[in-house]
This record gives sequence, C-alpha cells and structure tokens, in this order.
Amino acid sequence: MDLSAINPAVLVASIMIAATPILLAALGELVVEKSGVLNLGVEGMMITGAICGFIVTVETGSPFLGFIAAAAGGAFLSLIFAVLTQYLLSNQVATGLALTLFGLGVASLLGHSYVGINPPSVPKLDLGPVSDIPYIGTMFLRHDAVVYFGIALTIAVWATLKYSRIGLVLRAVGENHDAAHALGYKVIRIRILAIMFGGACAGLGGAYLSLVRVPQWTEGITAGAGWIALAIVVFASWRPGVVLLGAYLFGGVTLLQLNLQAAGLAVPVEYLSMSPYLITILVLVIMSSRKGRASLSAPASLGHPFQASR
Amino acid sequence: MKLTSILKGAVAALALTGAAMADGHEKTKVGFVYVGPIADGGWTTEHNNGRLAIEEAFGDAVETTYVEKVPEGADAERVMTQMALTGHDLIFTTSFGYMDPTNNVAEKFPDVKFEHATGYKRLHDNVTTYSARFYEGRAVIGHIAGKMTETNKIGYIASVPIPEVIRGINAAYLHAKKANPEVEMKIVWTFGWEDAAKEGDAARALIEQGVDVIMQHTDTTAPMLVAEEAGAYAFGQASDMSAAGPTAHLTSIIDNWAPYYIERTQAVIDGTWEQKDTWDGISTGMVEFAEFSDAIPADVLAEAIAMKDAIAAGEYHPFTGPINKQDGSVYLAEGETPEDGPLAGMNFYVEGIVGDVPQ
Repeated sequence: MDLSAINPAVLVASIMIAATPILLAALGELVVEKSGVLNLGVEGMMITGAICGFIVTVETGSPFLGFIAAAAGGAFLSLIFAVLTQYLLSNQVATGLALTLFGLGVASLLGHSYVGINPPSVPKLDLGPVSDIPYIGTMFLRHDAVVYFGIALTIAVWATLKYSRIGLVLRAVGENHDAAHALGYKVIRIRILAIMFGGACAGLGGAYLSLVRVPQWTEGITAGAGWIALAIVVFASWRPGVVLLGAYLFGGVTLLQLNLQAAGLAVPVEYLSMSPYLITILVLVIMSSRKGRASLSAPASLGHPFQASR
Repeated sequence: MKLTSILKGAVAALALTGAAMADGHEKTKVGFVYVGPIADGGWTTEHNNGRLAIEEAFGDAVETTYVEKVPEGADAERVMTQMALTGHDLIFTTSFGYMDPTNNVAEKFPDVKFEHATGYKRLHDNVTTYSARFYEGRAVIGHIAGKMTETNKIGYIASVPIPEVIRGINAAYLHAKKANPEVEMKIVWTFGWEDAAKEGDAARALIEQGVDVIMQHTDTTAPMLVAEEAGAYAFGQASDMSAAGPTAHLTSIIDNWAPYYIERTQAVIDGTWEQKDTWDGISTGMVEFAEFSDAIPADVLAEAIAMKDAIAAGEYHPFTGPINKQDGSVYLAEGETPEDGPLAGMNFYVEGIVGDVPQ
C-alpha cells in the first residue's frame, strides 16, 4: 500500500469532474421537487441529453451547441412527463419510472450509429497564469467551463429560491398548491416550467458524461448517475448548498475507492459503493425522527397531483 | 435520420422470416444471443463479426439471426426458447451468465444444437462449450508493457473476479516482470463489464498515480480514450480499439470467433456436429492481435512476435514454472506447466502482485 501515490490536489480536481454530471442533474431535480413534483425520470433525461449533446457535437463540431442540444433534449423528454402528470394527472412515480425506461430506449435508438466515434474535445477554460498556482491551480483552476457553470448554477438556484419572488412563488406552489392557486398563481404552468428546467439540467449533466468524462457514446453511459442525483436531493434535504456538497461526496466516494485500489489498499469496495445510499437512508431516518424544521424540509405537496377545479 | 434504415431492416427481416417459412425451412438457421450491443467495440462486436463471417462463408445456404443486449437470466431463457421454436438449428449463447439458461433450454429442445461461450456446464448432449485462451495474448502484451513503461508502473483495469480475469492478470504480470524486474502492477476492479464512466475514472486514477501503460479486461473503450488524452499507452480488449486512441493504442487482443463459428455451422450442415469443449488460443487464430503500434521499438516487437509464435507452435506455455503463488508457496516447479482443468479454475494471484483477489 502506498497512499503517498495519491496526489490530493489531483484527486480533488478529478472529484470536481466526476461530481459535475450528478450535481447538474440533482440541482434540476431539486427545483422540480421544490415545485411539488417528483420526477423519477432523471436517469432517462440524463441519457437522452447525453446522446443529443453527443450527436450535435459530432455533427456540428461545436461542444457549445452540443450542450444546448443536450439541455433541449432533456427538457423535451421532461415535457412528456409534464403533460402526462400535470394535464392528464397520471401517477408521478409510475410516469417518472416509465420516463427512465423510455429515455434509455430512445437514447440507444438515436445512438445506434454513433458508437465508436470520438467527439471533438471540450476545451479547458484558459485562466492564464492563475492556473499555475501550486495546489489551488491544480485543484480548482484547470477545468472546463461546465464545471464552473455547475457551481454558478448552485449559487443561482440557492439565491433564486431564497431571495427572489420567482423562488417564493415556486416554493409556495410546492408547499401548498391550493393556497398558491387561490392567490392566483398558475400552479400547472409553474410546475411545467420547473419540470422542464429539471429536464434541461439533467440533459446537461448527461452531455457532460458523453462529451467530457468518458468522452464517447456507449449505451447505458449514465450507469445509474440519475438515481444518485435523486438520492442527493433527499440527502441534501432540498438545500442547494448541501446538494453541491453531496455531489462532491458521492462522486468522491467512487473516485476514492478507485484511487485506493490503485494505491494497493484492500478496500471493501462493496461498502464504499453502497455508502452514498446508506448515508441517504441515514439522513432520511434522522429527518423523519426529528421534530421541527428539518423534518418539514420536504415540500409539503411533493408528489400530490393538482386539479384546479377543486 | 437512421430511422428509415432501421425500418427497412425490419421490413427485410420480416420478409426473410416469411421466406424461410414458405420454403419449408431448407436453410440452416443459426441464432446468436448477445449480452451487449453489437456496436460495443469489444466483446459483442467480435461475436457479431463471427456471425457476419458465417453469412459470408455460406451465402444463401445459411440464415443467421441475433438478439442483442439480452440480460443474463430469465430473459435469456425466453430469447433462446423463442429461437428454438422458430426453427434455428444452431444457437450460440455468448456470455458466461447464459450457462444455466442454455442448459435449461437445451433440455427442452434436444434437436437444436447449443453452443455456450466461456462456460463449463454441458448437462445435455446438445450443449457444447467453447472459449479462448485470452491469457496467451495477455502474456504477449504483458511483455510489451514491461518494456514500454518508463515509470515502471502498469495499470490493469479488471472487471469481475472470475478465473478468466485473474488468469489474465497473472499472465500479464509474469511477463511484464520478466521483461522488466522493476515493474509494479496496479490493479483496479470495476465489478462490471460495461461502465464507461467508471472505467474512464479508473484509468484516470491509475495515470494520476504514475501509471503510463494501461491494460483492461473490461468492454468499453473509455480507458483507451483517457490514455490518449493523458498521453499514456494502452492495450485494447476483445476487438481492435485503435480508433479510440490512435497514438495510445499499442495493440489489442482480438477474440476471433469466425473460424470456429464457420466450422461448427459446417458441422451442423454435414450432420457431424457433436458435443465438445473447445479452448483455443493463438495457435488456431482464436486469439489474435490488432496491428502493433509504431511506438513499440523494433527489438521489443521482435521479442513479442517471437513469444507469440512460440505460443502458437506449442513450444512455450505462458505459465511455465518456476511460479510461486502470492503467499510464496510453490505453484509450478521449474519447467512445469499446468493442466487445463486447474488452469481454468485459477483463483489466486502469483507472487509479486500486491493486493488481494476480491471475494
């Protein structure tokens, strides 16, 4: 065993990359759930975004257009979910699961002729001499734009939910849709927009996998990342800052176990692999047992369908 | 987009089925059950190349069909049953996990011949098993890796701790060590066959820890892509992976199933098919190499090719004693080579490898 082989600065940099897809997807899902909708289709929207982004990047040569297409693809898929659950009042859990299965199928259909192609690479952001600062530079200042976008989005989502009027309305809809409706807010419309935002974020996260982290299209490329994103939202008890922490923690656990293995440490891999889910269960138990704020942090209308006629 | 071609394919497939029924099943029908997508660029791609080789070799005399991405388990049994019911004469099931389903379905259809890849159960007369001696290829690439590494650190991305994978690690390590006594092998297990993100992360972790040559026993090209990006070298697995890393790619171990598939199809046509167990290697061409990279120095390449030829001629066995087990106990005495039976069940590391085989 040779732990000195692990360079902490490089490890942190890798964790930031590994965490970005789940961070983006989890932030999107957080907004969706804050509006009172439970969309379990994150995995399906991610993989749809992954293939849409990949196709457009390969065809146009522009990763930027690729990420836009990924967001559009994810949002489009989530629109199906939105129509089914908001207008046709289908069960959100069942529809979300169906969306995942549908997304996986659509993605492999679209991706059939894109296997084995290498996409144009996503450029690292050139920050000039500051990226040469020892440690800090290696850790934080040598990434591509999407990594920073993820962090910026975390702050934006946090600030919007906490301080802006839109955030307040969104939370009102998620906490008590009848009251929000009585106040004259368009509950369905707000929820559909939130769902599409969630889809776009998941799509971006998926594209980060197929364009940066792997970077290639293979079937089932998301490999459960969407489910981890869902777990992070619960783990964070619907707080954007903790979502960021959770994404780094969950992404870090996988990377850490690979690094420990490479360093020759006999790690019980199974325990490390299940630790994110164990932590999530633990958080759920603590949340439900504690009285007061934390236990109430789940949006009160989460998963309840809304019908304006009542 | 490609929808039209897919639809055309579907129409053609329907037409073919109709034709086969109409002419009273004169063609020999060969079915393939694949665990991955045919375009995985690795394991399943090569099995599919074998299927295409059958079509080319027999033309109109043989009809082939396949079902891809069949999960190991009850679904596999359903797919095989369907194939048996639709007039297939020979069915290749190409993943270890199809072992029990293959035998179960074979019992119900004694007239249909079944061939199961990489398994060992032949419970009925109509079940044959076949596999390739991938470890022979790994000995050769191990030698190249030992010579090519400058940091003296070789990375090995391993999938699932089964004897086939452990045997590959041992073969590669022994020959890397022989080529370069300073060499150290870092092994990372991903516990799966196709998880591109994890395999890529594993390759990154290895490179960050000073590895400059990567081997993989997993099915995606992600490690090759990462090696290309990081300026390291890598070996492809199962299929030619040079497209994923034009400068990183040293060579790939290719599983060439085509000659075997053609031979077995011919046997069915001739009525001479019978149960057997095949474990072929470089000598029959079941294990091949992709083009060797120009980056390999001429003397190293000559040594590698000499080893390959010696293995092919049966003059050299990659596991030739003296070899000790990891705990220092003797595995093979000077000049001794293992029997196929125990070799097939190899479940320990040889001396010098750091770490434990995961349980």
